[in-house]
This record gives sequence, C-alpha cells and structure tokens, in this order.
Amino acid sequence: MSAKAKMKQVFDRPKSLKDVPYHYCPGCHHGVIHRLVAEQIDAFGLQENTLAAASVGCSVLMYDYFDVDVVESPHGRAPAVATGLKRARPDSFVFTYQGDGDLAAIGTAEIVHAANRGENITVVFVNNAVFGMTGGQMAPTTLEGQVTTTSPYGRSAATDGMAIRVCEMLSTLEGTAYAARVSVDNIKNLKKAKAALKRAFTYQTKGWGFSFVEFLSSCPTNWKMSAEEANARVGKEMADYFPLGVYKDVRAN
Amino acid sequence: MARRVMIKGNEAIAMGAIEAGCRYYFGYPITPQTDIPEYLSAAMPKVGGVFLQAESEVAAINMLLGAAATGARAMTSSSSPGISLKQEGISYLAGSQIPGVIVNMSRSGPGLGGIHPSQGDYFQSTRGGGHGDYRTLVLAPSTAQENYDLTMLAFDLADKYRNPVMVLGDALIGQIKEPVELKSYRKKPKDKPWALTGAKGRHGHILKSLFLADGELTDHNWMLAKKYKSMEKEVRFETYRADDAELLLVAFGSVGRILRTSVDILRDKGKAVGLLRPITLFPFPNKAVRQAADKAKVLMVMEMSTGQMVEDVRLAAECACPVDFYGRPPGSIPTPDELAKEAMKIWRKRGLK
Repeated sequence: MSAKAKMKQVFDRPKSLKDVPYHYCPGCHHGVIHRLVAEQIDAFGLQENTLAAASVGCSVLMYDYFDVDVVESPHGRAPAVATGLKRARPDSFVFTYQGDGDLAAIGTAEIVHAANRGENITVVFVNNAVFGMTGGQMAPTTLEGQVTTTSPYGRSAATDGMAIRVCEMLSTLEGTAYAARVSVDNIKNLKKAKAALKRAFTYQTKGWGFSFVEFLSSCPTNWKMSAEEANARVGKEMADYFPLGVYKDVRAN
Repeated sequence: MARRVMIKGNEAIAMGAIEAGCRYYFGYPITPQTDIPEYLSAAMPKVGGVFLQAESEVAAINMLLGAAATGARAMTSSSSPGISLKQEGISYLAGSQIPGVIVNMSRSGPGLGGIHPSQGDYFQSTRGGGHGDYRTLVLAPSTAQENYDLTMLAFDLADKYRNPVMVLGDALIGQIKEPVELKSYRKKPKDKPWALTGAKGRHGHILKSLFLADGELTDHNWMLAKKYKSMEKEVRFETYRADDAELLLVAFGSVGRILRTSVDILRDKGKAVGLLRPITLFPFPNKAVRQAADKAKVLMVMEMSTGQMVEDVRLAAECACPVDFYGRPPGSIPTPDELAKEAMKIWRKRGLK
C-alpha cells in the first residue's frame, strides 16, 4: 500500500457549500458560521430539500456559498418570506440567515410574529453589534459606549437605549420552541454552537416549532480591530452583555 | 351551465382566486377589502389551502413572495394605504421575477383619507409604485363578474410573465352585490422550472434582485424592459356606443361603469357620445386611444380623482384631438346624471352638434 492510500481524510468542505472563496473580511465569523450551518444541512441529509431566505446585509450573498435553493428577502423580511416558503412546502427544511441590523432593527415585527406563530422554521441570527455592509453604523445590538460611524461619541443609553437581547426577548414568546445564543470565538464555544444548530435542525425536522440560534460574531473591519482583537472582544465584552447559553428548549428532558 | 350567484364584489375576487388554483393567501384587515380575508379564512381550509392573517401588510406581501417563490399561486389583498406598504415587496417581486397577485380595493387618500371609493391609486398602481424601473400589470374590473374573471386572468398573467399583477378596484367595486356567473377555470397552469423546490439533482436555484457584477444589473433591467414591452399584447378595453361618437368618454373601473348609463342618457337626447373603458391600465390601450382620437372630435376623461389616467390618455392621443377632463375627488360617488351634465358642458364648449 502506498503512503497516500493509508491516509484517512478527516476534514472536508461540506457538500452543501460551494467551492468558492468567501468575500467576507478576514476575521469575520460569517465563514465559520456558514460552514457550521452547511455541516448540519449535510448531516441531516437536507441539501436537496432546503429552502433558504437570504436577508439584506453582508450575508445577502449566502447564495454564492450555499448550494441550496435561496430566495432574497427585502431588508428584515426574511422571517415573513420563510413563513411563505414553509407554508407552501411544509416538508422542506426552511431557514433564514440574518444579521442584527436586519433582524433586530427593521425586521423586528417579522421575527417576533414568526416566532409567536411558532412557524416551524429555523432562524440563524448573526449578531456582530453593528451594521456591517453599510460600513459600521450603530445597530440595536451595539453595546453602550461603542463607537460607530453613527454613534461617534459612543452609544448613549440615554438617547439610544441599551442593546437589545433578542434571544431573551424571543424566549418569552409561547411560539418559540428553541432559542440559544452561541459563539465561535474558541473551540469550546464552537462545539456548543454546533450542538445548538443540531438541536435547532432537530426541532424543525421533527416539526417541534420555531427554532432560533443567535451567534455572537466579530466584525474586525467595522470594529476597527485586528482579527485577533475582534475575536477576543466577542468572548469578553459581547458575551458579558449577551450571555451564551440555551434560553429555551421546550423538548428538553 | 355555470352557476349564477348573488355575491359581493370582494367575494367574487376571493372565489375567482380559489377557482384559479390559488391556495395561499396572506392578508391584513383594512376597509373596504376585508371581506376578502374574511371569506378566505373560511374557504381556504376547505380546499386544503392556507389562510394566514399577517402581522402587517409588509409581512403579508413578503409571505406571498415566499410562497410564490416555490411556484405556488399566492395572493394578497389590501386597500390604498396598505398597498403603499406592500410596494417594497412588489418591487422585489418584479426584480426577482416572482409572480403574485395583489388586489387593491382602493379607498380615498392621501393619508388615512377615508373609506369612500377613489381612483387616486392609478399612479401608485401603474407607475410601478415601489422603487426602481419596473412595471406591474394592472387589471381594472368594473363589475363583480369582472372581479371574478379578471382575478383568474391575473394569475395566468402573473405566471406567464413572472411578474406581479395588480387587480385595481375600489370601495364601490368591492362592496357592490350583484349576480356573478361562476365560470370554471380550465387552463393548465404553466410549469415553473425556476421555482424553489429543493436542489434535487441540480444546483440551488437563486431568486434575487441584487446584481453587483459589472454590467449585470444593466442587462437585467433591459431584459425586464423588453418583458414589459412584450406585455402590450395583453391590452384589454371595452367600448360602448363608441363607433360614431363625436364625444368619446374615457374612464376605468367604477366611473367606467357609471358612464354607461350617462352615455345612454345622452344618446336618448340625440348626442353622439360613446365610452372607451380601459380594462388593462398597464399595459395601457394606447393604440385604441390613438385611433379613437382620430375618429372622435373630442375625448373626455372622467376619474374619481383630480386627474391621473388623463395623463396617459393625453400621451396616447398625441394631440390628434382635444382631451378634456372631469375629476371628482373622493367623498361622494358621481351619479350618471351628474356625469352626463359634465359631458354636456364639454359638448357645448367644444361646439359639437
């Protein structure tokens, strides 16, 4: 036997991810999160039966990376679009992939009501505390004191309010069946993120109702930090205000 | 023989939608179209369809976008202020080439306005309404029967052109109760190879309106423009006692309906007055209006607004004859006698005999 034949492949690109380079900035967590989602699509054997609703923001281009059926949604409306997809094809796996500018600002009504109806869809929410694609403006999730291009003196609690904790808010709704906040800033958290996604996929495929996974994510470009500094901020400042964990798991034993 | 029933205009819309195979309806209450969601909330479950009362007009049009993206026939309905909210979604439907039927039983504006009939939504219907360089097919019924028939046609046109289609009535057309013949829908709906059905044995389909590569969006817009041009063959209009008319009245929807009686009143007085009623507002019956402008001595547009369609009539007439106008802002519905009197004013002013 040759040396090559003895080697066992232990890592590969998920089948449902296209073999193309990401346009995401160095150090951005979208790439890792895309991969984690694609891994679950593969693991559940859903590539041929997945319908995704893309949102407006950096991740609108998710269809350049995921090799599944995707429809683009207007800003914030992905949960409504996904509702239409799922109602028309209840046997398909339907997910949205949304940023915090999209989901927590302009799309607040759509996410709250999709969750409250208990739509049997999965929402992947990427919270990097800033409007990324438009160049780093203040988002509803921007932390107090954080400097952005539209909060040049730092976010003021007095005039802008405090950052919205979406996971906690949605957990209060009867319709939300599963809600977790995760991060991918280290291997330990990445494994928990994987488990949360797997749980969310289980919820939908079993018809258990609305599942929501919030990822805390870095945005080195708009935070004006190095990739390493930004990654560290996720685990410290971000996770301090947005505690990681499973907020709701109605089918937990 | 088709069953004949006595129903409200709004119910005729809902029944036409179900007959045409629409099984997904997303709506929100607003007067004077609420009979549509009310009817469908009871009827959809009986035919295995989905009725969903959305949290907003915005959500409703986006639910339609999602359902229609899978290839299903889907509809939403509203009235003027609600349609304004849907315009964002309509623009995305047009840009992503996703078919859908949007019913506007319009009311008076601007702002909250009132619930009276109005034709003040002609612009927001025919000018695209939302952002960007696009067009929406617009059908303007004038009877409950046409509500039924044109709703079925709307689904065919939406699928044929992969484009949003608007059915534009008003409070009068939606609320009036009259006999309707429930004709059967016999067409075989088009296949939709572009639809999102899961990437089985193929790569993922993408329905989108974002085109970032150099020249891509230009090409996309030119392709859409050609499509809108090709819709010209869908022009529909009706004429009434128009052949020898010296004064030809032009009106759509409810005013077009009222004017039939005005024409009869004037004909009884020996005046050669006729009517041209556009049924498609986009595409607009330009050719028919131009030919009418050659034949008649004067065209007169009447609208329940201060003048919107009159602009299209003037463009189409190309100054071949004078185009006069009478507008009635919302608040009361003009009677056949009142409109006949307005026509007579123009008859005399223009020295017709």
